[in-house]
Parts: sequence; structure tokens; C-alpha cells
Amino acid sequence: MSTVLQAHELTRHYSVSRGLFKPAATVQALNGVSFSLQAGRTLAVVGESGCGKSTLARALTLIEEPSAGSLQIAGREVAGASKAERKQLRRDVQMVFQNPYASLNPRQKVGDQLAEPLLINTDLSRAERRERVQAMMQQVGLRPEHYQRYPHMFSGGQRQRIALARAMMLQPKVLVADEPTSALDVSIQAQVLNLFMDLQEEFDTGYVFISHNLAVVRHVADDVLVMYLGRPVEMGASESLYSRPLHPYTRALLSATPAIHPDPDKPRMKISGELPNPLNPPSGCAFHKRCPHADERCRAERPELRLIDARQVACHHVERIVD
Amino acid sequence: MSLLDIRNLSVRFGAADATPVVDGLDLSVDKGEVLAIVGESGSGKSVTMMALMGLIDAPGIVQADCMQFDGTDMLRLKGRQRRHIVGKDLAMVFQDPMTALNPSYTVGFQIEEVLRQHLGLKGKAARARALELLERVEIPGAASRLDAYPHQLSGGMSQRVAIAMAIAAEPKLLIADEPTTALDVTIQAQIMELLLNLQRDQGMALVLITHDLAVVAETAQRVCVMYAGQAVELGQVPTLFDAPSHPYTEALLKALPERSVGEHSAGASRLATLPGIVPGRYDRPIGCLLSPRCPYVQERCQQQRPALAPHERGAARCFFPLQPTTEVAR
Repeated sequence: MSTVLQAHELTRHYSVSRGLFKPAATVQALNGVSFSLQAGRTLAVVGESGCGKSTLARALTLIEEPSAGSLQIAGREVAGASKAERKQLRRDVQMVFQNPYASLNPRQKVGDQLAEPLLINTDLSRAERRERVQAMMQQVGLRPEHYQRYPHMFSGGQRQRIALARAMMLQPKVLVADEPTSALDVSIQAQVLNLFMDLQEEFDTGYVFISHNLAVVRHVADDVLVMYLGRPVEMGASESLYSRPLHPYTRALLSATPAIHPDPDKPRMKISGELPNPLNPPSGCAFHKRCPHADERCRAERPELRLIDARQVACHHVERIVD
Repeated sequence: MSLLDIRNLSVRFGAADATPVVDGLDLSVDKGEVLAIVGESGSGKSVTMMALMGLIDAPGIVQADCMQFDGTDMLRLKGRQRRHIVGKDLAMVFQDPMTALNPSYTVGFQIEEVLRQHLGLKGKAARARALELLERVEIPGAASRLDAYPHQLSGGMSQRVAIAMAIAAEPKLLIADEPTTALDVTIQAQIMELLLNLQRDQGMALVLITHDLAVVAETAQRVCVMYAGQAVELGQVPTLFDAPSHPYTEALLKALPERSVGEHSAGASRLATLPGIVPGRYDRPIGCLLSPRCPYVQERCQQQRPALAPHERGAARCFFPLQPTTEVAR
């Protein structure tokens, strides 16, 4: 099994202006995220709005430079890569966005949009490109006559199929999917999730699956990374994380997620309050203001990730909280 | 007598013979009851409640045999009379709290406006009551929030303000249209708990419109499942979730990722899906609206439209409702 993506202490800070006479402030959108992803596996990133999941996606897809830390795609270092090398690296990481209505060009035929990655990155002939596009369209469940149609003629679910087909055209090593089914209805979501799974089996792609829906994540992910206010709070294998969450925030998330048949063993934990302002994050542990277990130490000292039960957790009091 | 009684409601947009968006809907809500209306986008769940509130403008056409709320015929009400009821006895909370509030006025002013209009409260009395309402919806530092503008509040806080406005005149029925869809999951849990507490304390009825079946399972007492403008199944929670009698309800439940967990390793399993999509305006089948997608379809389904038929566990719009035993083992 080969490692297709390796992130080490990935960090991204933004400088935001607060007005003419005030010094600019720094938003620490992403702080010290490390993970590695194997081919054919899925890492899910979960958290609420403002936790840094989309910033992570932008860093992984080379849309933005990380402020610090290193990133390796298929064993090659991103930092310091030349322009030509970067172009090659970009081929290997593709992305599917949340809103299929905004991510397709409304004025370009679907077939042409699917052929564009080939046109830019390969020297295939027109006929060969067309053949590849037709093959991919069939794979994602689109009919041959859809080649000549425009995006507005498709439903949301079909558009997400097109977006996925476009991302898979170059057979990337890594696919970053940012909330790919949030805009879809339940029955359509199921169709698209199945398609994600089929394509992963076919091409052995590594997925970084960003979502706030914990039920979806549990279904697709091998490993889960939980983030809070730009920092990883817990990371580990999906099954063990769901059956025995260690970090109080993970427990709160799972407890807040409604279920058709509520699990009697589910941790019951209500948290109050809202996400703090990222411009003015709390001292110590970022979660301490909402955490029922917080004490003096949490207010003063930021917990680092520790290895507990083959899982990484950033909490001072795991042993005390979890029996 | 029930608080709300809707019989044979149809809503069309455009010509009188246009395809109905809501098609022959019967619905009743009892005092103090929590009813959920679930369905996918375009199933007509929001339009139904908009019709009740009188929020459907031309070219929309609302027709019904009966639309009674608390003894008043809502169909024949004219402007002024309607405004005495809507916002007072019948209030609504919308999906997007950021657009539901007026950005140009303070939160306090907007709540006081409701109190002035419907209860005749003025000045200090109105302000005191507004503060009380903000505290009731658990806004921290309520006194300082009275003078805040909506843009200074987070999504969850704005939704709390919208709820405060809706309950200001102690309505008999509160309609919540996807009240937590725009919010994060921990905030969603807080808002749902707040709505249920208010419903219980004030004895008001709550109609929850949502696409999220899991939210329904944890909050509602009774469910109405809609598909393509029709109510396809009515039932009690949790009976309906344990043994759905309409194939569409069953398919919705099976499509949830939650159900597939535990049986297979991650990613190895596939979710059960309904093939195809909801019929549009021009491709509505002659028979049952689900017939092109239904796994149990028979010849009769393709020729006749079934009616909503009551059975011992609720009601289903199906010629061949599923029996509890025929449900595939989970």
C-alpha cells in the first residue's frame, strides 16, 4: 500500500485588516495538521463551520500555499517544487466541491468540460479524448447523449456526477471532496456516495472527504480527523472513534447528531455556547469555554496531541473523562 | 376538534390546469402536538405551510375544501383579518435566520414591533417583555443584545431571535420550516431542544418541516411523508420508522448512511437507492407517482393513482402497502 498524501504540521494563517488605524490581525485558520493517506483509503475531516476544513482542502489541492509545514503528494515534496513540477503535482490531486450548481461552467458543454483536463495535461488527440470522456461518462452513470448538453439541463445529483467525472478524468492519486453531498437530497446523496465508493475501488484513489455529516462520514471513512477552531482534536480509525470517542468535542458532536434509532450507548453530552471568534481564540484549550470538564489547566495550557489507544487526542483529561 | 384542519389542498403556479405543486393534501394538527412534514426538495412541504399563512401570491392558486385554523376559515380571510391571526396565533420560523431578520433594525426593535402590533404593548413594557423573550430563548447577555443588529449575531443567535419573535405573542401553532438546516450540528441540537421546551411549556402545537429524518425521529410525535406534492404516508413515531408502509418511506430510510453501519467495513457496503429522480412538471406518470422508481411496482400502479388509505398503523398512498413482516431485516 503506498502513501499518496503526507501532511506534516500543515499550518495556514491569514492576515486580516481590522480597519485603517488598527494593526492587522492574524487568523490561525489551520494549525499543525499532520496525517498520511494511503491509496484506496478514505480520510474524513469533520468539524463545524470555521474549524479549518476548507482551508485544509485548499492547502491540499495547492490552491493556497501553507504558511508552515510540509506536504508530500505521492512521495514528492510540494514546497520548493518548480513550476513544471507543480503542474505535475496538481494532476495528482483533484477536487469536488460542495455546490454542483456553481462548480460547473454554465456556458460550456458537459463533454467539453470533461475533456478539458485531458486537453491541458495530455497530448491525446481529439478522438482519443472523446473516447476517454465517453468511457468516464458511462462509468459515472451518464448517457452518451449527455455529452452535448449544458449543465443547466441536469439535476443536482447528475451535476455532482459530472463534477466527480471531471475530477477523475486524469485518474488522480488523491481526490479532495469538500462536502460533496451536503446540497443533495437523501436518496440522491445515497446514489452519489455509492458512485464515490465505486470509483475508489476502480482507480484506487485516496480520498480526503470533508463533511459535517457524521452519519455520512461513518459510512465512507477509514480514518477520521476531528477539527476544532483550526486544530486537530482527535484522529484515529473510524470504527474505534465512533464506538469510543475520547475527546470531549468528538463526544459532543456524536451526541448532538440525531439518529433514527438512537444508540443506547451513545454518549449523552450537551454542550452550550457557540464557536469562539477565531480572531480572538480562548487561551489554553480552544474548547475549554464549552467543555463541561474544563479546569484551570485547560484555561492556561494548550493540550498537544497525545497517542492514546492508537489514537491521537488533544485533551489534558482524557483518562479522567473516559472510563 | 383539531387546531388545524386542511382538506384537499391544492396549490398550482400559473394556469388553473397546471401541474399542482401540492396535490390533494389532507392534514390535521391537534393542540400541543408535534407534527413533522418530511420530504425531499420540491415535494411541496414548504408550499403547504406558505399556503396556510397566506404567503402565496399570484400566479399561485390555492384551492382547498377546507382550511380551518382554530375555528377560522383561513381561505376566505382578507388582509386585515389575516394579519390579526398570522404572527399572533399562527407563527413561523424560517430556514435562513440571516435573511429572516431585517438588517436595518435592532433585534430589540423587531421583537417590540411584534408586541406592539399584536399585544398593544408600548415603551418600557414592550422593552421589558422583549428582554424576557431573549432570555427565554437562552441568549447570553440578553440585555446587551437588545440593541444589536442582526449582522452582529451568529447564525444560531439569529435563529434564536427569530424564534423569540415567533413566540412573542404566544402562538397556538408554530411552524418551523427547516429551522436548523443552516446551522452546525451542536447548534442544531441546542435549537431543537429549545423549540421542544417552548412547545411543551407553552402547550403550543409545532409543525416541523424538514428533510432530515433523524431529526424527525428524535423530536416529532407524528409524521407526514410527502413525495411530489402528495402525502404518501402518515404515521406515528417511532412506528413509521420501524415499519414503514409506503415504499417511498422505506427507500428514504434505507438510503440513510446510518443504517448501513456495522454490517460491513467502511466503504465496502453500498447504500440502497431509488433509481431515477422525482417526476417533474411534464413527466408525471399516469399512475402512482412513485411507479417509475418503485421496486415493488405492479401493473395496477402504472394505470391508476392510489388514494391515501388508512390502515391500522397510519395511512399510506399505495395499493400494496408494506406489511411489518415484509420489511427487509435491518
